[in-house]
Amino acid sequence: MALDKQTVRRIARLARIKVPVGRLEPLARELANIIGWVEQLGEVDTEGVQPMTSVVHMTLKARGDQVTDGFYRDKVLANAPEADHGFFTVPKVLE
Amino acid sequence: MVDLTELGVAEARDLLANGEILSRELTAAHLEAMAARRDLNAFITETPERALAMAEASDERRAAGEAGALEGIPIAVKDLFCTEGALTTAGSHILQGFAPTYESTVSAKLWRAGAVMLGKANMDEFAMGSANVTSYYGPVKNPWRARSGPSAGKDLVPGGSSGGSAATVAARVAPAAIGTDTGGSIRQPASFCGIVGVKPTYGRCSRWGIVAFASSLDQAGPLTRSVRDAAIMLGAMAGHDPRDSTSVDMAVPDYEASLAGGAQGLRVGVPKEYRLDGMPAEIEDLWQRGRQWFEDAGAELVEVSLPLTKYALPCYYIIAPAEASSNLARYDGVRYGLRVPGDDLIDMYENTRGQGFGIEVQRRVLIGTYVLSAGYYDAYYLQAQKVRTRIAEDFDQAFKDCDVILTPTAPSAAFPIGEKMDDPIAMYLNDIFTVPASMAGLPAISIPAGLDGAGLPLGLHVIGRAFDEETMLRAARVIEEAADFTARPPAA
Amino acid sequence: MSEQAQLIKGDTGDWEVVVGMEIHAQVITQAKLFSGAATEFGAEPNTQVSLIDAAMPGMLPVINMACVRQAVRTGLGLKAKINRRSVFDRKNYFYPDLPQGYQISQYKQPVVGEGTLTVDLKDGSTRQVGIERLHLEQDAGKSLHDRHPAKSYIDLNRSGVALMEIVSKPDMRSADEATAYLEKLRAILRYLGTCDGNMEEGSMRADVNVSVRRPGAPLGTRCEIKNVNSVRFVRLAIEHEARRQIEILEEGGAVDQETRLFDGAKGVTRSMRSKEEAHDYRYIPDPDLLPLELDEALIAELRASLPELPDEKKARFMDEYGLSAYDAQILVADRETAAYFEAVVGDARRDPKLAANWVLSELFGRLNKESKDVTEGPVTAEQLGGLIDLIADETISGRIAKDVFDEMFASGRDAAAIVEEKGLKQITDTAALEVVVAEVVAGAAAQAEKYRAGNQKVMGWFVGQVMRATGGKANPKLVNELLRKKLEG
Ligand SMILES: [Mg+2]
Ligand SMILES: [Zn+2]
Repeated sequence: MALDKQTVRRIARLARIKVPVGRLEPLARELANIIGWVEQLGEVDTEGVQPMTSVVHMTLKARGDQVTDGFYRDKVLANAPEADHGFFTVPKVLE
Repeated sequence: MVDLTELGVAEARDLLANGEILSRELTAAHLEAMAARRDLNAFITETPERALAMAEASDERRAAGEAGALEGIPIAVKDLFCTEGALTTAGSHILQGFAPTYESTVSAKLWRAGAVMLGKANMDEFAMGSANVTSYYGPVKNPWRARSGPSAGKDLVPGGSSGGSAATVAARVAPAAIGTDTGGSIRQPASFCGIVGVKPTYGRCSRWGIVAFASSLDQAGPLTRSVRDAAIMLGAMAGHDPRDSTSVDMAVPDYEASLAGGAQGLRVGVPKEYRLDGMPAEIEDLWQRGRQWFEDAGAELVEVSLPLTKYALPCYYIIAPAEASSNLARYDGVRYGLRVPGDDLIDMYENTRGQGFGIEVQRRVLIGTYVLSAGYYDAYYLQAQKVRTRIAEDFDQAFKDCDVILTPTAPSAAFPIGEKMDDPIAMYLNDIFTVPASMAGLPAISIPAGLDGAGLPLGLHVIGRAFDEETMLRAARVIEEAADFTARPPAA
Repeated sequence: MSEQAQLIKGDTGDWEVVVGMEIHAQVITQAKLFSGAATEFGAEPNTQVSLIDAAMPGMLPVINMACVRQAVRTGLGLKAKINRRSVFDRKNYFYPDLPQGYQISQYKQPVVGEGTLTVDLKDGSTRQVGIERLHLEQDAGKSLHDRHPAKSYIDLNRSGVALMEIVSKPDMRSADEATAYLEKLRAILRYLGTCDGNMEEGSMRADVNVSVRRPGAPLGTRCEIKNVNSVRFVRLAIEHEARRQIEILEEGGAVDQETRLFDGAKGVTRSMRSKEEAHDYRYIPDPDLLPLELDEALIAELRASLPELPDEKKARFMDEYGLSAYDAQILVADRETAAYFEAVVGDARRDPKLAANWVLSELFGRLNKESKDVTEGPVTAEQLGGLIDLIADETISGRIAKDVFDEMFASGRDAAAIVEEKGLKQITDTAALEVVVAEVVAGAAAQAEKYRAGNQKVMGWFVGQVMRATGGKANPKLVNELLRKKLEG
C-alpha cells in the first residue's frame, strides 16, 4: 500500500481525525515523504536483535490488592463536556 | 539593592536563607518581569495570585523554620505538567478548559520543596516540535536577536518543545523552569536560548501527571541559567514514584555536591559519527573548543564510535509517533477538553480531533497510525525497536572507554519564526544530536558555550551513563567554567 | 456419546458443528488490574473510578499482582503452561466506554499458554478440550443506551477491572459439549476462587465461534457470536447458528466470516456488520509497563496453594468411597456440594453410597423444588449424617427416614429429636411384634392358606399388613422373620 490519498483517508478514519477532502492529497505527499525518509532504517542489520522493551534495566513494579482510589465521582466528571445523573453522555451509539 | 530577576536558583536560595530577601519580593519581581515580557508569549496561563499566595506561605514556613530545598524560589512550569485547579493545555486546543483535579508528581515535589509557581509555560502542541511554532496559543519568541546575517531583525524561535520554559529563563522572567524532553525538547531550546537544560535518565523523574507524548522517551527536567541551578532543581524533581511503573527505585544523589569534581580523571568520548556532512563550521568549531576545554582542564579525550547515529532520528520518528498515536487516543471529547458536535458519535470524534489537534500533531498521529497498521508493524515499528536496541548497545560499548560523551546540542543556532515550517524533515533535523541519547534513555545536558557569528547562543551537549547524572553534571560544570558564557539576550 | 449421534442431519447429508469458545472471566480481586479502584458489582455510576480508569491526561497504570496470581492459579488449574515472561499490549480502538482509546491486553505473549480441560458429558463419558491460551486484560466501562432518546450514558465503574480471556481450541463438536465445557470451566474457576462465574452479572461472558463442515472435512468458515450471557443461550446460539450455516451451505451459498450477536428474546443470531468497521487494532507493547516476569518460586508457591480440583476430587471419590463415575461427577460439580457430601460421610466414615444417595436424590430433590443450592438448605451435613446414623443402627427404617427428612427440611431440627418426639423408633421388640403378627395371620386365614400352598408372593401382602398395623415402625427384617415362622410353623 503506497501512502496515497486512499491510505490517508483510511488511517485518518482509524485515528478518528477529520481531514478535509482538499487536505488529503497534500497530506499524502507529506506523509509519504516522511515515511520514505524513515524507511532508511531498513538498511540496518537487525538479524537476531531483540526489540527494545525497556530502555533502562528495571523490573516491573506492582501494587497491592487494596482499594486505595476512587469514590470521587465529582473529580471524575469535573471536566466533562457533558454529563447527566453521574454519567458521561455522548451522542447515542447504535448497537 | 540587587536586581532580584538576575538571581539564579542558588543565589536566591542563599539570600532567602540569610533573610536578606523574602519570597514575596522575589516572586513579585518575577511577576513584574513576566508582565513586562508578554511580547515573548512564553506563558499560556499566568498564575500571579497563586504565585503570591505560595510566596506568602513560603515566607511563613521559613519563619517557622521549615524551609525546603527550593523554599521561596519562583519557577515556570511547562504546560504539559498537570497542575491542580490550573488550566493545563499541552499547548493544544483539544484540552480547552481542562483544569486537572490532580497535581503531577514532579510539580508536587517542587511545591513540597517550597517552590512557587509563576505560570504555565507555552510549548509545542503535545510537545511535538522543535521551534515552539505548533502551539495552539501561538509561537514563543526567543529573547535573543541576531546582530547580523539573514536572521537579523527577525523574531527567532526559542526551540522546542519546551520553548516557553527556555525563553522565560533566558529573559530573566524566571530563575528556573521545568520542561520535558522526548527527543531534545529541553536541550535544544536551552541551546537556542543560551541556558542550561537537563534531560535526566529515563526513569529518574516520575512521568505521573505529565501529559504523555511518547511514553518510552518522555522525561521531565530543569531549565536554568547555571549547571549548579540545574543540579539543585534536578535533586528536587527526581525520585522514585510508585505510581509510575517505569520510575526507578534508586536513591537520589546530592547532585550539587557532584559539581566540584573537576575534569581530572574524566574520560570524554568524542563520537566520530557525529561529524555529519554539511555540519556548519561554527558548530564544528564550537565542538572543537569544547574538546580543547576538556583537555585543558585535565580530561582525557577518547574517540568513540556510535555507528548508528544517523539512524537514531528516523528511528525516533517511527517510535515516538507510534506511541503518540496511542497516547493521544484518549482525547475524544467524552470526558474532558474540547467537544465538537457531529452528526453521530464517530462524527463527533472526528470533528473534535480534526479541529482539536493542530497540523503537526495530526501528522504524527497519522504517521503513528500508519506504521502500526496491519501489515506494517514489523517493517516499521518492530524494526525501529530493534534498531533502538542496537543504538543503546552502541552507547554501552562506547561507555566502556569513556565516562561522558561530548557533542554539539543542535546543528544550528535559533532561526526565524516561520522557517522550516513546510518542511517537516528539515524541522526534525534540529534534534539530530539530541535524539540518540533519548533513544538510549541516557541523561544529557546542554550548556551554553558560545555565540555564533550573528551573536546567537550555541550549546554543547554532554551525555552521561544511565543514572550517572553526577558525572554528567561534573563534566558540564567543566564546560561552563571554561566557556564563561556571560552573554545575555537584549532586554525588551 | 458416539460421534455419529452428534451429527446434524441436513437435506443433503450429515454435518458436523465445530465450536470454540472465548470466555471473559472477571478476576476476583479487591482492586482493579492497573488502579486502586474497587471492583464491586452494582455501585453508583462512576464512583468506583480512579483518575487512571477515566484515562485522565498523564495517568499511568501500575499492575495489581493479585490479578496476576489469580491468572496463574487459573492457568495451573487448566494444566496449562505458565509463561515466565509475558507482555502487555495496547489494543487501539475508539469507543466511548473505552476511556484510554485502547484496552491493555496481552496479544502475542500471554501469561498462560496451552492447557487442557476435561469435559464431563451427561452420559458419564469425558472429552478433552484444548486450551489455547489465557491472558489478562482490562474490562471496558458500560454504555447505557436506553436512558435517553438521543444519548448514550457512560459508566466507568467496570473500566479497568481485570479479566481473564480464556480461549479454547475448536475442539467441541456439539452444543452439549460446549455447554459442558462452559460448566466445567466455571466449576474450576469457582473451585479456584478466581472468578465467581456469575453470568447474569456479567462476570463471565462467552464469545462462541461456530462453524460447520462435512464429517472429516477441513474446518469451515466460522462466525463469532458475541457476549452470550447464559449457559442456556450458549446452547441455543450454537444450535441456531449451526442450522443457519447449514441452510446457507445446502443452498449453495458461502458463510461470511463475521461477528454476530445472539438475540435471547428471539433465539436467533444476527449480524453485527453494521457496527463492524474494518478493525485494525494496531497492537503495540504498552510503553507504560514493563514485561511481566514471573519467577519459578512464585509459580511453585501458587501451584502448592491450589485446592483439589473437580477431576482429582472425582477420581478420589470413586477410589476412596467406591462411588460410580456418574455420582462422583455430580457431587464434585461444585465445591460446596462435594464438601457437604464429605461432611455427611464425616469422621464417622458413614456408608458413602448411602450418603451419596441421600445427598443426590433426597436432598437435591427437595432443594431443587425450592430453587436453592446446597449452601442454602435448612439441613446441615451433620444433621443429615445423624439421620443416616439412625438408619444404619436400625433405629428407623429407610421409609420412615424419608418422612423424618421431610420434617427436618421443614423445621431444621435434628433427626433424633423428631424420631423421639413422634415416637418413630423402629419396633424391634420381638414379643410385641409376635402379637401383631399373630393377629394379622389370624385375621387372614385364606391368605395364610395360599402361602402354605406355595404362593410365596403373599408374603409381601402380609408384611404390608404388619407395617400398616405398626404405623410403618416395625423392623421389616424382623417382621419377615416372624411371619415366616408363624406361617410355616
Ligand atoms: Mg477475543
Ligand atoms: Zn478480550
